[in-house]
Amino acid sequence: MASSTGDRSQAVRHGLRAKVLTLDGMNPRVRRVEYAVRGPIVQRALELEQELRQVIRANIGDAQAMGQRPITFLRQVLALCVNPDLLSSPNFPDDAKKRAERILQACGGHSLGAYSVSSGIQLIREDVARYIERRDGGIPADPNNVFLSTGASDAIVTVLKLLVAGEGHTRTGVLIPIPQYPLYSATLAELGAVQVDYYLDEERAWALDVAELHRALGQARDHCRPRALCVINPGNPTGQVQTRECIEAVIRFAFEERLFLLADEVYQDNVYAAGSQFHSFKKVLMEMGPPYAGQQELASFHSTSKGYMGECGFRGGYVEVVNMDAAVQQQMLKLMSVRLCPPVPGQALLDLVVSPPAPTDPSFAQFQAEKQAVLAELAAKAKLTEQVFNEAPGISCNPVQGAMYSFPRVQLPPRAVERAQELGLAPDMFFCLRLLEETGICVVPGSGFGQREGTYHFRMTILPPLEKLRLLLEKLSRFHAKFTLEYS
Amino acid sequence: MASSTGDRSQAVRHGLRAKVLTLDGMNPRVRRVEYAVRGPIVQRALELEQELRQGVKKPFTEVIRANIGDAQAMGQRPITFLRQVLALCVNPDLLSSPNFPDDAKKRAERILQACGGHSLGAYSVSSGIQLIREDVARYIERRDGGIPADPNNVFLSTGASDAIVTVLKLLVAGEGHTRTGVLIPIPQYPLYSATLAELGAVQVDYYLDEERAWALDVAELHRALGQARDHCRPRALCVINPGNPTGQVQTRECIEAVIRFAFEERLFLLADEVYQDNVYAAGSQFHSFKKVLMEMGPPYAGQQELASFHSTSKGYMGECGFRGGYVEVVNMDAAVQQQMLKLMSVRLCPPVPGQALLDLVVSPPAPTDPSFAQFQAELGLAPDMFFCLRLLEETGICVVPGSGFGQREGTYHFRMTILPPLEKLRLLLEKLSRFHAKFTLEYS
Repeated sequence: MASSTGDRSQAVRHGLRAKVLTLDGMNPRVRRVEYAVRGPIVQRALELEQELRQVIRANIGDAQAMGQRPITFLRQVLALCVNPDLLSSPNFPDDAKKRAERILQACGGHSLGAYSVSSGIQLIREDVARYIERRDGGIPADPNNVFLSTGASDAIVTVLKLLVAGEGHTRTGVLIPIPQYPLYSATLAELGAVQVDYYLDEERAWALDVAELHRALGQARDHCRPRALCVINPGNPTGQVQTRECIEAVIRFAFEERLFLLADEVYQDNVYAAGSQFHSFKKVLMEMGPPYAGQQELASFHSTSKGYMGECGFRGGYVEVVNMDAAVQQQMLKLMSVRLCPPVPGQALLDLVVSPPAPTDPSFAQFQAEKQAVLAELAAKAKLTEQVFNEAPGISCNPVQGAMYSFPRVQLPPRAVERAQELGLAPDMFFCLRLLEETGICVVPGSGFGQREGTYHFRMTILPPLEKLRLLLEKLSRFHAKFTLEYS
Repeated sequence: MASSTGDRSQAVRHGLRAKVLTLDGMNPRVRRVEYAVRGPIVQRALELEQELRQGVKKPFTEVIRANIGDAQAMGQRPITFLRQVLALCVNPDLLSSPNFPDDAKKRAERILQACGGHSLGAYSVSSGIQLIREDVARYIERRDGGIPADPNNVFLSTGASDAIVTVLKLLVAGEGHTRTGVLIPIPQYPLYSATLAELGAVQVDYYLDEERAWALDVAELHRALGQARDHCRPRALCVINPGNPTGQVQTRECIEAVIRFAFEERLFLLADEVYQDNVYAAGSQFHSFKKVLMEMGPPYAGQQELASFHSTSKGYMGECGFRGGYVEVVNMDAAVQQQMLKLMSVRLCPPVPGQALLDLVVSPPAPTDPSFAQFQAELGLAPDMFFCLRLLEETGICVVPGSGFGQREGTYHFRMTILPPLEKLRLLLEKLSRFHAKFTLEYS
């Protein structure tokens, strides 16, 4: 793409005038936004695909794009909701029909085509609250504290917006993990908030260390006003599943330091490693009792894009807010109302995800079989990834305890690092671009997520089908060996 | 809802501490946002509905929601074809069902082929599925009498609102008296004021003329701009046509005047055209900003920056809940366009069911398709009425559609007199025949 300056000279040469909206004159915060998951490496991948080269998209957590089948029951109910004439068809099970009718009754005009209330269809918010209660062993959830959203990303951005205030050294600071899912850094850049990095510990399987939180917070306080702490659990890109003790320590820290907690838990259904278990922040918080349970402010996020369903395209999600100031909660609802409502098909899908078929329902057996098959395959792929990468010299991979990615560390020879610098590229971007050109495998360089200075990583999904994944992992390992030799 | 101060004193009384996130400490711009369409009156309506459900006696038995542009909530039925194709996309097992017309199945297969993993459940490219962007471009070309539209300048979005906010975000820069100002109509659809408040941009009001059926007066634009220049840097002009809330449909002359004004004053034009399919008054006609701009030729056509917005929430389809929409950008700086795509990529993609729906809206059944007749009937338009209306618009020949006289199901006729003078009649018959050939080609 020609630069604005180039465009302007060319424009002037042709007797045209400069544009009203140029790179120099546009929103400077938007210019600072970066989102590596769909950044330069993916643009290069698109170009190669257009040249009819084969590209394996291991860059994005999109299970169905990689061949995972949707869950039959979910799509049956949705089809009935979209086209209610099908309610008279003999080819749909009774429980699917009942669920569709129940959802449609709760829609304006009994149609998915009507706007819903801005916080989402009331019936579905109630079902989400019941899901949360079941998940958390009976700890109450209030539907009025549940807000449906356009994917979890939408709700995360909304909550962060509320928090941003002040100027200069009183500007809101937000603690985010490094490595992180770059929605956080992108949103903080766009909102002009201060990003405060805390490092996960690669030596201890990406554990979250409260001492490191203290370090980050202490350093941040002289140039901003830290007000929030974001945790991604299970982690993206790192896949670690935090222990209960760790979560308690984080809550205590947030309470003592007066930080609003954002818990991104979209991978709560993606836990694979033996010995790992998902502990919801809400549950742990409530079980900690006073003073935390009744006062620590928390927003926890979930989505229909991950888990066993992988329905990324539907953009379904929600946030549950805990101990939020009532007037602020009203403001949040007001903000959501300007965008009217989240997509109703996604709301319907979420309803089915949070209240799946019961054991006595006709669809139960097939539903469970499909769900378990997906989760079992993901678990196998997580294990395979860790194993193959750890066999490769110069590549080390922490256990993929959960989520959908590996984030292996790669050794890059000094000459490769120099070459990258000559080209104006981050060394791991250079590595990933070469990998893409020579093998067609598209992964995202670690620099897009953040990493300790002098270390290099890439994020690769575990989503290709098992046997294909094995081939890719081996191919990538061989490429790394060849690359290392080339630059030795 | 208790105020923050009340909460704090109550908190203190109970030995609790103040919240981290309070009204006083939250984002001040968000506090300034107002959105009346779902504001206090609607909250009160919700409470009243609740009371009625509980059996409280009122002077009325139901609350009639005439506050929001939501046709299906008020009983409008969705268009059958659209929902059939969507159901096939959602549940492709139905492709083997005899209960769906062939054209619906073909459309569904075509959309699914263009989806990752052949599923609506995969993310799409952030600007929207390429095939659908191409279909939108073709729609724009047909709408605008053949003026080219580039799919690379079409970006699908989560309703039009999403794209409007994205474009406004790009424009906001500066501080104090160099802060971006944006001209918006008064009365306006309050997405604009809400977004400008949230972005901390300067809202510059220009008044529509109630005495002249809410006409847009360029003199008023000059007035507003002149007054704005001492406290902000005006950079954009928003026009809603057809208007919301006012319903006016601007004349072509007015649109040309607006474009000339925007060009002279160096303003980026935002044309909110979501009601382009909702034009009712005799004598009113929708003129797209894109078409008028291109037909004005240089210097405007090749340089005036324009973003025009459309949606699947209005029109004849009223599919608000699907959140489908797009923006077409014209003459946008290439590097800025890249930045816009980057911004969109952070949110991954617009909802794919909404993208699929948009595809069907911009490429509806052709006259030769099995679903055409029913589709047109649901639009309230008999197919031969549709043909005769187009004949009239394009040739001036006025005949009467067969549906007005009755005919066998699935056949179409028109009645034409044989009364014009012989040579004139010959010309008319040939002209009509040529029109029919062109019409058939257009919808093939």
